[in-house]
Amino acid sequence: MTNMAEDLKAEAPFLGPSAPAAEDRRRTERRRSPREQKKRTTDVVIYAVLAVLVVALMVPFIWMVSSSLKENNQVLTVPIQWIPSEFVWSNYTDIWTRIPMMGYLQNSLYLAVIITCLQVLTGSLAAYGFSKVRFPGRDVLFLAYIGTIAVPWQAYMVPQYIMMQNLGLTNSFNALILLQAFGAFGVFLMRQYYMTIPDELCEAARIDGLSEYGIWARVILPLSKPALASLALLTFVNTWNDYMGPFIYLTSNRLWTVQLGLRSFVGQFDAEYAMIMTGSVISVIPILAIFLLGQRYFIQGIATSGMKG
Amino acid sequence: MTTKTITPAAAPAAAPAPGRGNRKQARRNTLIGWTFILPNFLGFLAFTLIPVLAAFALSFMEWTSFSAPKWVGLANFQRMLASDSFWVALRNTVVYAIGHVPLTMALALLLAMLLNRKLKGIGFFRVAIFFPYITSLVAVAVVWNMLFSPDSGPINQFLHTIGIANAPGWTSSSDWALPAVIITSVWRDMGYYMVLYLAGLQAIPSELYEAAEVDGASAWQRFWNVTIPSLRPTTFFVVVMLTVSSFKVFDLIVVMTNGGPGRSTTVLSQLIYQEGIGEGKFGYSSAISLVLFLIVLTVTVLQFKIQQRRER
Repeated sequence: MTNMAEDLKAEAPFLGPSAPAAEDRRRTERRRSPREQKKRTTDVVIYAVLAVLVVALMVPFIWMVSSSLKENNQVLTVPIQWIPSEFVWSNYTDIWTRIPMMGYLQNSLYLAVIITCLQVLTGSLAAYGFSKVRFPGRDVLFLAYIGTIAVPWQAYMVPQYIMMQNLGLTNSFNALILLQAFGAFGVFLMRQYYMTIPDELCEAARIDGLSEYGIWARVILPLSKPALASLALLTFVNTWNDYMGPFIYLTSNRLWTVQLGLRSFVGQFDAEYAMIMTGSVISVIPILAIFLLGQRYFIQGIATSGMKG
Repeated sequence: MTTKTITPAAAPAAAPAPGRGNRKQARRNTLIGWTFILPNFLGFLAFTLIPVLAAFALSFMEWTSFSAPKWVGLANFQRMLASDSFWVALRNTVVYAIGHVPLTMALALLLAMLLNRKLKGIGFFRVAIFFPYITSLVAVAVVWNMLFSPDSGPINQFLHTIGIANAPGWTSSSDWALPAVIITSVWRDMGYYMVLYLAGLQAIPSELYEAAEVDGASAWQRFWNVTIPSLRPTTFFVVVMLTVSSFKVFDLIVVMTNGGPGRSTTVLSQLIYQEGIGEGKFGYSSAISLVLFLIVLTVTVLQFKIQQRRER
């Protein structure tokens, strides 16, 4: 795990003034060297506070993993048993036969991959149009995009549903793909990043005879890898975790995602605490893996979309 | 964005200037611009923009899954205002927002200030605190439901050990179910807003703090007179995002309490879902949607005005 402060700083265009500010801070610290002793004590206190805080905030995860390795009747005991007296690994082998977990995982993966690919592709294309090509009506159109981000999805889910019903797409993956692959958020995030790429680069490429599509593919895309990664990871995780979309559109069990499968398991066998926790752990593991691989891009993506623009 | 004057032949994307050759250029630019936007725009138009506009129109129509659409003016709204379940859902949504927005904001800022320092391994703490935000919501809801178990759940066991005899019933009590949901959502969301605040804090020039220190300002005074004013744009964004997300809360409630016990945690989005998709009352549910949208819009505009006045 790398230091996130370094990562945040490494992306100067994202955070503009932060890099020189950090530089100044370091210089100040050197000037204050007599206070170093005091600083060290403060550091120890801060570490202690942070450690306690993180453990407290991680309790739900600790509880989840610990319960997933217990017998059912040992999950809710007084007093709490943080470490199972006997590790019940069979929970992790039994769950695949209790519910069609593999199918759920496949469905979630399929949806997340397709939606992420489409969102990244169409989002980065549109962002190029919105940031590097000038034409009348462009800014009004962009405003319409931004405007819909502010409208809660719940406010228009009913018309969407009627539309999908008329297209005969309810109870199919296609409904979710069509609804989620063309989001305004992706366009917004990519545009924010493209605005930080100097126009001079595109102009130089134009003089060299590249077409606009060539500039997008060979100049802008290679330069925007961090933003593409942020968008891809955020979209993937959002799709994987989405509950309401699949809840509305996917009614047959064979189409269910992990989230729906887990929820229905809880509904049917609400006393099988250990197995429910096992399912929860399995549903979180892919997200944890993706997060650990690309955590810097999550943080950057969120920091970018938070910048005013 | 800078407008540069370059020879038009070399810069097809530069701002169009008057002249016949340039007009052709402008038309070409429009064409190129649209080809980039079109793949996304088609999907956006069909599945976002049109439904948004349709929702407005539908709220003035009587339309159910059994009858053809018919213009009824404000009848849906009258029915809504007379409906008990609308007021219950509105009250619950507002209470949720009042609990969720300030708590998440304060904790996120506190965490960001704790984590905004150069220490070895600070990245680990940031990652750990951010992680709940991207964990599957169903898993989060399920785990917290068990943590909140009234009799032998860890939370009430903890409350017993610190001497609270009558620990609340949490999700099984109609008074405590909403606070339980709020605690869960604050836990889940604060890492995300911590990241936003962290980015804001890192953009504050350290000269401001040094100047304040030279002037003899205490840490408390520096917080109120340097940190808080410098973070205003971030805070604006955070408040708007939090308010919008509070008013559209759905998933967490459905999985954790499903609106119960009774109607004690039913929120507006859930009502929209039940009336619109559950019972097929398209017009009526759109009227509730419109109210939800107007609330969110009002809060956003209000925040924007306050922010503007402060900047002046």
